[in-house]
Amino acid sequence: MTLALVTAGAQPDEAARRASPLAVRGLTVSYGQTPAIFSVDVTVRTGAMTAIVGPNGAGKSTLLKAALNVVKPLAGTVTVLGQPLAQMRDRIAYVPQRASVDWDFPTRVIDVVMMGMYRKLGLLGRVRATHRSQAMACLDRVGMADFATRQIGQLSGGQQQRVFLARALAQEADIYLLDEPFAGVDAATEKAIIAVLKSLRDTGRTVVAVHHDLATVPDYFDEVVLLNTQVIAAGPVAEVFTEDNLHTAYGGRLTTARADPESVAG
Amino acid sequence: MLADALLLQLGYNATLVTIGATLLGMAAGVAGTFLFLRKRALVSDAISHATLPGVGLAFMVMVALGGDGRALPGLLLGAGVSAALGLLCVQWLTARTRLGEDAAIGAVLSVFFGFGVVILTVIQTMTAGRQAGLEGFLLGSTAGMLRSDAVLLAVAAALVLALVMLLRRPLELASFDSGYAQAAGWSLARIDLAMMGIVLVVTVVGLKVVGLILIVALLIVPAVTARFWTDRTDHVVLIAGAVGGLSGYAGAALSAVAPALPTGPIIVLVGFALFLVSLLVSPGRGLLASVVMHHRYQRRVHMRQGLLALAQGQPIFEALTRRLLHRAGLILPDGVATATGQAAAAKALLDETRWSIVRMDQSFAAAATRYDGLTPIEDVLTPDQLREVDARIDAPQVVA
Repeated sequence: MTLALVTAGAQPDEAARRASPLAVRGLTVSYGQTPAIFSVDVTVRTGAMTAIVGPNGAGKSTLLKAALNVVKPLAGTVTVLGQPLAQMRDRIAYVPQRASVDWDFPTRVIDVVMMGMYRKLGLLGRVRATHRSQAMACLDRVGMADFATRQIGQLSGGQQQRVFLARALAQEADIYLLDEPFAGVDAATEKAIIAVLKSLRDTGRTVVAVHHDLATVPDYFDEVVLLNTQVIAAGPVAEVFTEDNLHTAYGGRLTTARADPESVAG
Repeated sequence: MLADALLLQLGYNATLVTIGATLLGMAAGVAGTFLFLRKRALVSDAISHATLPGVGLAFMVMVALGGDGRALPGLLLGAGVSAALGLLCVQWLTARTRLGEDAAIGAVLSVFFGFGVVILTVIQTMTAGRQAGLEGFLLGSTAGMLRSDAVLLAVAAALVLALVMLLRRPLELASFDSGYAQAAGWSLARIDLAMMGIVLVVTVVGLKVVGLILIVALLIVPAVTARFWTDRTDHVVLIAGAVGGLSGYAGAALSAVAPALPTGPIIVLVGFALFLVSLLVSPGRGLLASVVMHHRYQRRVHMRQGLLALAQGQPIFEALTRRLLHRAGLILPDGVATATGQAAAAKALLDETRWSIVRMDQSFAAAATRYDGLTPIEDVLTPDQLREVDARIDAPQVVA
């Protein structure tokens, strides 16, 4: 708990929050009487890759959903570049958990990617050849161009995840929020996804991902938020991703997923 | 006689009914598609049963005001209001209590319907209620259909089609991935409200044609039928509209030929027949197709395994495998390979080696998903790719 107090004490100033592509303050969500997340303050750094890490039931997905107002928070505010979320929706792309949809739905890979452009197209905007070629380019970036006309149910789990990422790319957003993008995907997909995310970061975009594999945090991410209902620690991986903080976040449950301290330091 | 009916040559009333039923079927098929895709099909059952008390109360109010209790606009207005109330109850129970939507639907459906039956019974005892004919709302009654009724159906159908056209993108998003739709800034509550509003319009105007008990079939069956024929959302909508329209048209024509048959139930049965045909014979998802595909697949597996066994000089024990190979002239009755058999076996072994290379290499990811141990590799790879793979068979394999 001391750690939580320390981070709470070192509050990022108002200027940092206004400049942040995603800043949440005092965010609390509860299903029933127990809070899923409680008074969470997070200020995401621009142009960085941030991991949200924590044990099962720590509220990682809930934090993303509440930041997007998909789940209604009990309390707290969300700002995007200092503006209220509602005005900045177009700047954010969300990649939900793969298991959240019915993959027998009658739609093809290319149709799913086109959904990323529905905001831009509006209700009746014509789909033009440029839109289609843009969607194909997004599929190509995740290595799925050959699958454009397949029904989505024919894809493997990793391929489904890549299609979801392609849909987010089609939004041409500045901020990408991903919920467990590496859950249950093959190694090739993990490599493909991380390459795309790093290229987004290298072109100034901001990436935030709920992540469950502690071993890969230092390789993949620049910043980390350790969450267990409350924020245990948040900041650059080199400073925050320490044995002590992990122990506080995971309690005694950190056994197999234990991070190697040397790799953390390096 | 049936030909006359289908060509709308069976008199004024039959023609009106046929046109009206066709329009209703189209509207219901299109409106029901998104309900089905959003997995909320049974909500429409609650909506339709919840119309009954409204019909009865509207009748009583109109009689009390000294008017004709049977005025259709008044009855439909009452039906719409009470259906909307029922819908709100389902929404409220689902959102605010621990009841699931299935339980909420069951509760609302039975309570509203029970209340409606009570009101109808009371009306029977009123002097004005003797010839009210409100039972027609239960199973539909098209006998006295007027020109104005057909016009009402036409207007409602046009409205429904226009709304679905306008809202197709949010409806599709909400049905496929509601979380993503919300994150992108669409209001799920408003999309659902619009979806249910469209269904409500179809239900209310459809009461006189098919009745409140069967309207749910007209909303759901066309969409389920359409799903057998396509993997695209927009096509499901169009096919469902066509299936619904065809059910209405053929059903109304049939019941015009045999006046003893009630129109509404016949329309539903025609829709069911179309569903049954689709279930059996649709190429991708139909029952027959899957049985045939399974058999064909099994034979190909046996052939392939037999050939690989031949190539590796192993004995073949399974009778089916031996029979298939023998029939294809690949082995003699004693199990020894013929010349063609030896060539085919060598080819099978080569293909197997090629496939294993394709499956190990990420650059062939798309091709590798088509591996089933059976597809000829020449169908999947270009001649250039095949040469590339063959070059690697001879090259020494580097094992890391």
